[in-house]
Amino acid sequence: MSKKLYIDVNGYKIEDRFTGLSNDLKIEMLRKMYEIRHFENETEQFIIRGMIHGTCHLYTGEEATAVGAIYAIQNDDYITSTHRGHGHCIAKGADLNIMMAELLGKKTGYSKGKGGSMHIADVRSGNLGANGVVGGSIGIATGAALTCKMKKNGKIVVCFFGDGAANQGIFHSSINMASIWDLPVVYLCENNVYGMSTSVKEAFNIKKISDRKYAYGIEGLTIDGNDLIEVFNTISYFAGRCRAGKGPVLVESLTYRWSGHSKSDAQVYRTREEIKEWKERDPIKRYKEILISRKIITEKDDNDLEKEVMSKIQEASEFAKESPFPDPSEVEDDVYA
Amino acid sequence: MLKNNTRQLTYLEALREAMQQKMRADNDVYLIGEDIAEYGGAFGVTVGMLEEFGSERIRNTPISEEAIIGVAAGSAITGMRPIAEIMFSDFITIAMDQIANQAAKICYMFGGKARVPMVIRTAGGGGTGAAAQHSQSLEAIVAHIPGLKVVMPSCPYDAKGLLISSINDDNPVIFIEHKLLYKNKKYTNGVPEEMYEIPLGKGDIKKEGSDISIVATSYMVQKSLEAAEKLSLEKGIDCEVVDIRTLKPLDIDIILNSIKKTGKLICVEEAPVFGGFMGEVAAQVSEKGFDWLDAPIKRVAGRNCPVPYSLVLEQEMIPGVERIEKGILDLLG
Repeated sequence: MSKKLYIDVNGYKIEDRFTGLSNDLKIEMLRKMYEIRHFENETEQFIIRGMIHGTCHLYTGEEATAVGAIYAIQNDDYITSTHRGHGHCIAKGADLNIMMAELLGKKTGYSKGKGGSMHIADVRSGNLGANGVVGGSIGIATGAALTCKMKKNGKIVVCFFGDGAANQGIFHSSINMASIWDLPVVYLCENNVYGMSTSVKEAFNIKKISDRKYAYGIEGLTIDGNDLIEVFNTISYFAGRCRAGKGPVLVESLTYRWSGHSKSDAQVYRTREEIKEWKERDPIKRYKEILISRKIITEKDDNDLEKEVMSKIQEASEFAKESPFPDPSEVEDDVYA
Repeated sequence: MLKNNTRQLTYLEALREAMQQKMRADNDVYLIGEDIAEYGGAFGVTVGMLEEFGSERIRNTPISEEAIIGVAAGSAITGMRPIAEIMFSDFITIAMDQIANQAAKICYMFGGKARVPMVIRTAGGGGTGAAAQHSQSLEAIVAHIPGLKVVMPSCPYDAKGLLISSINDDNPVIFIEHKLLYKNKKYTNGVPEEMYEIPLGKGDIKKEGSDISIVATSYMVQKSLEAAEKLSLEKGIDCEVVDIRTLKPLDIDIILNSIKKTGKLICVEEAPVFGGFMGEVAAQVSEKGFDWLDAPIKRVAGRNCPVPYSLVLEQEMIPGVERIEKGILDLLG
């Protein structure tokens, strides 16, 4: 393309890098969203059947944010994740079999059964881990960015956290530190409307969480987190800015979790209508319709792709079920390096 | 241990030399903390380091303990070896999520696939009149958390060797220094010029003796040595002083071997006695060394209150030579 296309996102003139991507990459992003959706569906089945020993926080409905953001950065860039972390982990390239095994507490899992859903990490793929503490990974992301800067390795960090984490002290002290040191971090706030049961309306007295950028003297904006193309373009733009040494940014991605907070959530704090309304904004449906309308895939391709993903998830599920549990004698292994 | 190239250094000078030598040898080692640059740290430990290493590696921060530890941990996982300075050990509580839930547990939670090689240097202990929020001894809290190592040097020679080992260690190490030792000329000792390691998990007999074993940490080792000296001169009592140096890992064998010889154990620490680290020492000795004891284990420790301000109250709260002496005499009956 000789002429650069720009899209206007909340006052920022952001280059449209999506349109120029190969069809393969555009389809791969759809595949990743399906992988997350069906991984979570399978996990929900495990929860219902009582096969998940602890709890799980499902990412269903938020797929466009993880996939759009992670496909906008390089393979060897870092991410930090949250307690609702399956989506980030899958998008960053984790092996589904090993992930599912970890959820079932098996020896073959990412953490040999010691971490579970809330502590999955795949350090080799640049995923510095889910985190059971709300906001817990914001400092870690900032430290990883300091490594990038000190080692001048050209990498950046995408730090995922939720709306709830934006009210933790570590949010403030870390973003301030990243700002004064120009660290390459995209602070990506997934505003999914509720911190457990507390709505953002109760927890904030500002309209946009991204407005907190003014407090740190950094750039940032609020985007539609259910629009994969908008997420991809925005994070591509800001990742480039970070890589050029221009300091951190704060992006708020508006999305919604379809399921309850965790497996024990009776969901008394929200209405069926609200859930229905958000389901109509299904990020996967929106993206696939664009791919079909742009003739990148056909309806049949889409169906085939989804079926293929579902069978892969079944394989992961079988692998996890057949895997052995850890031996009790391993309990004190790995406390120290 | 004295060698030809050994100088008399203060505790503070020994600590600084350890950091300087490690930073010269390894570009991944850097310092992060409050007022550590031009100011040289609240106690002067890092004076002159900014000039040698520059502001990229002597990284002065805003007053943000939680972010200091979080950033140190994140950089450690990704290949750096940070030394984070928390000005007063009381302030580790501000960073406790990052210490206890993040740095300490990352290796285990991730099935051993991530390492967190970082040192948290912090100034502990009382006796400075700084009262309740700047005088605590919180080592038992951190020693209780799996995944952390805890080091408390009592003299300059140990300070240098233990700090070098802590920096070389691939785990988060809480390195608690004592404010009353930093510039104290009374407690200088011979420190070799070259880099050397004192392994974590190895205690040290600071004075051999046959009548009673005194196990102590940090500044209380020095006070115990003074009490031992006095009792030797005045009453001919021969005390053995065991400095455990690292609380975790704990060298229980050096303690057991000492009581095999003496049959009596007195534990000295500055922290409030209730739930203090010496309770762990006492428990392990009674589990593993009961047969060698010919008297109950005695603890001489801080009173169960915050560290008070007024000198008379502060001296009542924190054990001194007289209380250690009295404890020994009580135990010997």
